[in-house]
Amino acid sequence: MVGLAYLFGVLIAVPVGVISAYRQYSWFDQIGTFVSLIGFSVPTFFTGLLAIIVFSVSLRWLPSIYDTTLVVRDWPSFVQQVKQMAMPVTVLAFFNASQLSRFMRSTMLDNLSQDYARTARSKGLREKAVVLGHVFRNSLIPVVTLIALGIPGIFTGAIITEQIFRVNGLGDLLIRAIYASDIPMVQSISFIFAVLIVLFNILADMTYGFLDPRIRYD
Amino acid sequence: MTDRAGEVGVLGVEEPAAAVPRAAERGRAARGRLRELWRRFAKHRGAVAGMLTFGLIVLVVVVGPLVYAVDPLKTDIRARNQAPSLEHPFGTDNLGHDLLAQNLAGGRVSLTVGVAAMLISVIVGTVIGQLAGYYRRLDGPLMRLTDMFLALPILPLLLVAVLLFRDSLRAAMGPQAGIFVLIVVIIGITSWMNTARVVRGEVLALKEREFVTAADALGSGANRIMWTHILPNVMSPILVSASLGMASAIITESALSFLGLGFPPDVPTWGRLLYDGRDYLGITPMRVVWPGMFISLTVLSINFMGDGLRDALDPRSRNRV
Repeated sequence: MVGLAYLFGVLIAVPVGVISAYRQYSWFDQIGTFVSLIGFSVPTFFTGLLAIIVFSVSLRWLPSIYDTTLVVRDWPSFVQQVKQMAMPVTVLAFFNASQLSRFMRSTMLDNLSQDYARTARSKGLREKAVVLGHVFRNSLIPVVTLIALGIPGIFTGAIITEQIFRVNGLGDLLIRAIYASDIPMVQSISFIFAVLIVLFNILADMTYGFLDPRIRYD
Repeated sequence: MTDRAGEVGVLGVEEPAAAVPRAAERGRAARGRLRELWRRFAKHRGAVAGMLTFGLIVLVVVVGPLVYAVDPLKTDIRARNQAPSLEHPFGTDNLGHDLLAQNLAGGRVSLTVGVAAMLISVIVGTVIGQLAGYYRRLDGPLMRLTDMFLALPILPLLLVAVLLFRDSLRAAMGPQAGIFVLIVVIIGITSWMNTARVVRGEVLALKEREFVTAADALGSGANRIMWTHILPNVMSPILVSASLGMASAIITESALSFLGLGFPPDVPTWGRLLYDGRDYLGITPMRVVWPGMFISLTVLSINFMGDGLRDALDPRSRNRV
């Protein structure tokens, strides 16, 4: 579920960052930066609760509690699954997208003014080829690293999301163990988190070297 | 140690402070820079709006309880779960606490935590950054330490730390002071890494400049060079990371309280109010909106201010995030 949110976040963030960097100070850029600053500043536990107020309490469209015992067998249960995932995914995706699009915008801006962009233009390449083929590909390098580095954050970010939407996942288990002062349980969950985080940090390092051949680990 | 440098150094960006010897001249130069800085800061409309909003929130939180003298802990069980009305502008909760008074009191705690945690993180970050930048021998180990802290996920760490130290601190200092110290210290020592990295980078560059060599030739010791000559020149990135650090400290404190592991229930903080209101979304939805709005507005305005400050202090970084 959280992974899906991350995916959506990336899918939104990348084009927004590219467009707002390309048309810097246009209305799209102004609105985009403003919205992303809001998404960056407003904590997920507030946007989540707001979403619950609007969609579950007032409109009664979506359930406010995530039912983990639901098994997707047929169409109605699939619809129910989609419904209960809609809010958590949107809230998390908004948060991730706002962080990533700010970063995407700044790296694009850095790259747009570099010499090779001018070279590509003076070669007579079309604007689209310059921006998408040259600048975009180079800007993606740090962004991909950031995305990979953010994956461990998914697991820890889930602690809060699970509390908002009452999912009984790993994060919820940790909180309950802490309430109950159940030290062995806390230790084992922290250990699982630690393993996941180290694993994804290594992965991030490896993607970095793979994407940017200038970097070598000796 | 930061105080001494503060007077000269808040804005000492371009010219090394040591190059201007006479106090009167120095004062005039600082004032001129201050005006220049203000001019650049005022051009950033979002930053000015952020500053006004933040000032307003601080004012309301500090002065509010004096004007609106309702005890936040007074329970009135007959007037519970009320919607906003003239008598209770923000409504009441399930025990009949007045929510406006609770939000104001909560704001005091949340902002205090934010400021205190930010101070700790800035001081730790500056010291580590200075040492790592100045002494080549310490650079490697200190920066690996920084990397290690950066790789740590903050939230689980905080949760485990709360679990481990809560009871002993509570026994030693009383329930409120104990948890305050615990939260502030933990947030402080887990958020200094950005300051340290920025300061180190600046110190590495400044160390090679002539005024440092001059100070060295005049016989100043390493400590004097670091804290009176280099520090004023790295004040501007420190200021920016301090403002952003305060925003994230407020968010972290609220997140902890939201998980029910922050302050005890009789100390209202914004995060705690959110956490308590969560169970009554169906009856009194406004109960969640007020503290959430306060948190969001505070953090948003601080972030805008930090952005504006960064642009004003370093014109080259116009295009950065």
